[in-house]
Amino acid sequence: MPEILVFLLIKLILVIVIFALWMTMVPLLIWLERKVIADIQVRLGPNRVGPFGLLQPIADAIKLIMKEDITPALVDKWVYGLAPAMLMVPAFLAIAVIPIGGVVTIGERSFALQIMGLYRGPGLFVPELDAGILLVLALSSLGVYGVVLSGWSSANKYSLLGGMRSSAQMLSYELPLGVALVGPLLLAGTLRLNGVVEAQADYGIWFIVPQLVAFAIFLMSGTAEINRSPFDLPEAEQELIGGYHTEYSSFRFAMFFMAEYVNMVTISAVAATFFLGGYRLFFNDIVWLQPVWFVLKLMAFLYLFIWVRGTLPRVRYDQLMKLGWKVFLPVALGNLLVTGLVIAFSPANTILVMSIVGALLGIATFFGLSYAIVYGLRRRRPESERRVVEPTRAGVSE
Amino acid sequence: MLVQYLPFLVLFIVAVAFAGGAMVLSRLLGPKRPSATKLEPYESGMVPIGGTRGRFPIRFYLVALLFILFDIEIIFLYPWAVIFLEAGAARVFLFFEILVFLGVITVGYVYIWRKGALDWE
Amino acid sequence: MTLHQIAFAAVAAVTLISAVFVVILPNILRAALFLVFTFLGVAGLYVLLNAEFLAAMQVLIYIGAITVLIMFGIVLTQQLMGARIRQATQVRMVVIALPVVLIAFAGLAKTFIRPFASAGEHVAAAPAPVDAGTLHQLARMLLQPYVLPFELASLILLAALVGAIVIAKEEKD
Repeated sequence: MPEILVFLLIKLILVIVIFALWMTMVPLLIWLERKVIADIQVRLGPNRVGPFGLLQPIADAIKLIMKEDITPALVDKWVYGLAPAMLMVPAFLAIAVIPIGGVVTIGERSFALQIMGLYRGPGLFVPELDAGILLVLALSSLGVYGVVLSGWSSANKYSLLGGMRSSAQMLSYELPLGVALVGPLLLAGTLRLNGVVEAQADYGIWFIVPQLVAFAIFLMSGTAEINRSPFDLPEAEQELIGGYHTEYSSFRFAMFFMAEYVNMVTISAVAATFFLGGYRLFFNDIVWLQPVWFVLKLMAFLYLFIWVRGTLPRVRYDQLMKLGWKVFLPVALGNLLVTGLVIAFSPANTILVMSIVGALLGIATFFGLSYAIVYGLRRRRPESERRVVEPTRAGVSE
Repeated sequence: MLVQYLPFLVLFIVAVAFAGGAMVLSRLLGPKRPSATKLEPYESGMVPIGGTRGRFPIRFYLVALLFILFDIEIIFLYPWAVIFLEAGAARVFLFFEILVFLGVITVGYVYIWRKGALDWE
Repeated sequence: MTLHQIAFAAVAAVTLISAVFVVILPNILRAALFLVFTFLGVAGLYVLLNAEFLAAMQVLIYIGAITVLIMFGIVLTQQLMGARIRQATQVRMVVIALPVVLIAFAGLAKTFIRPFASAGEHVAAAPAPVDAGTLHQLARMLLQPYVLPFELASLILLAALVGAIVIAKEEKD
């Protein structure tokens, strides 16, 4: 068998395994989300289908497939049909560069547990994709089209408004997301995700410490980028009915949510890789166990996302845009400059200095951000526009 | 290295097959009972008012316009980040280089802030 | 045919066919959608040229930003939306223009292909690339010898920012 076929076979298995991992995470996440939110709100959550309601997401998926797929009369049928796929396919493609484990050696061949990762066999050497994280960013910027096109093609003014809002939101938060990632990249010196993980192992510290600010900005912008609560404006029923997916039904409706959950898993995977040491646990180098650490870190982030959803109220659209452009972007750039400054002027013990500076900076930013947000909320409209509401008079209509 | 991209192609095929297959399956399995009311634009059960496509504030356009410019700026940061660590003595030079670059952009950033382009009322 | 040639044929076909659709489709938003596929094809061509960073830039900037802006522009101008605008490009004109373009391209190709052909052989004969991509080389070139153009890019961006405000900012009344 020629080496290229072995290569393809191994990669095919990797694609199937990683795809399957993501496809297991999605229903699990939906179940977990409903359970945890129910717990936070002192309810029981799904408990009928299967043990602890574990099969509920699968039952939901089957139900959605069996439902009528309505194509409203006025829609642009062609674009309307394509839009969910344009959201979902890039979401799936972004998993190509996520390393779920290190380099495995079987006989004379060794390969990374990563779809576009390293492969070394007799007579064939394939390096890891050089652009690395840029692929994830590029694919996440493609996701905007699914939103714009579904909003436009639905021929519904709420869909269109929701689509425009969500796409403007996604654009705005791509900026701090992109800048925040540069901080860890400066310390790693490579765009390859495997390289970032190895750099953290070499330094002996997870980048969450020296890059605390970048971590916070990344996580919050990532939440906004994938339209999650508290930035889930597409689901602002009070204003928009349902946002860009108002007119969709049946499985095409489900695809929007699947794309959202896939993106959520991917963002968590990138966060785990960049800030929590990826698939590596400090003292463990048994390669076959590394996917386990990776999945555990992934789950921690997913739990965090659910927790945030259960805790925080949704922000208003103007606050959202202001937060992205006026707070996250300059803070991320500032963090980048501080990191650059430390690396440029203390080459001997960069990581030590950076860890101290990073942690202090993180704490300072936390208080600064809290102050800015509270202040921003308080000064949300000019005094003159504020109406004085009479207190304690029941039944007063405005 | 084109071989690098073969796994990506495989993943692409899997993703498209999954998305397409699910859509076709739901087409085949779901009922088809269209009615005039069902095919109307949905406005929470009200009879739709006005055109289906209204006009929008130009601010969305401005956001997209500013996004292009800052996106380009950010992409320039990536090559810088990649070689910064290994640059050795040239690090100081590289640092001031990016400081000037970001400084010029910051002038523009302050300008758009003062002009109120970042406010959303 | 080698793998490289098959890939080139596929990518070039995608690029060209979607480019044709951009020109002939009567619905302007669908035309913009095909522009996305054209740009994706161009990104694919960059990948074939071993310029991964350029390909990523192509997707991030041209698809992720500029075409989005075009679509916003279309959606924001009510009259154009959904309307079947009559295309100014008529098929008759395409038939006339095509031979002219082909001849011009043949001339260009005859001039340029020869030097590049030998360069191509050179590339093919080069040893397999080591585990360091083109990105580092590109970054080193951009930030050291070509530092002036790099800094000038920031000035251009500044000018564009000011221009964006002048064009798209509503004056407060």
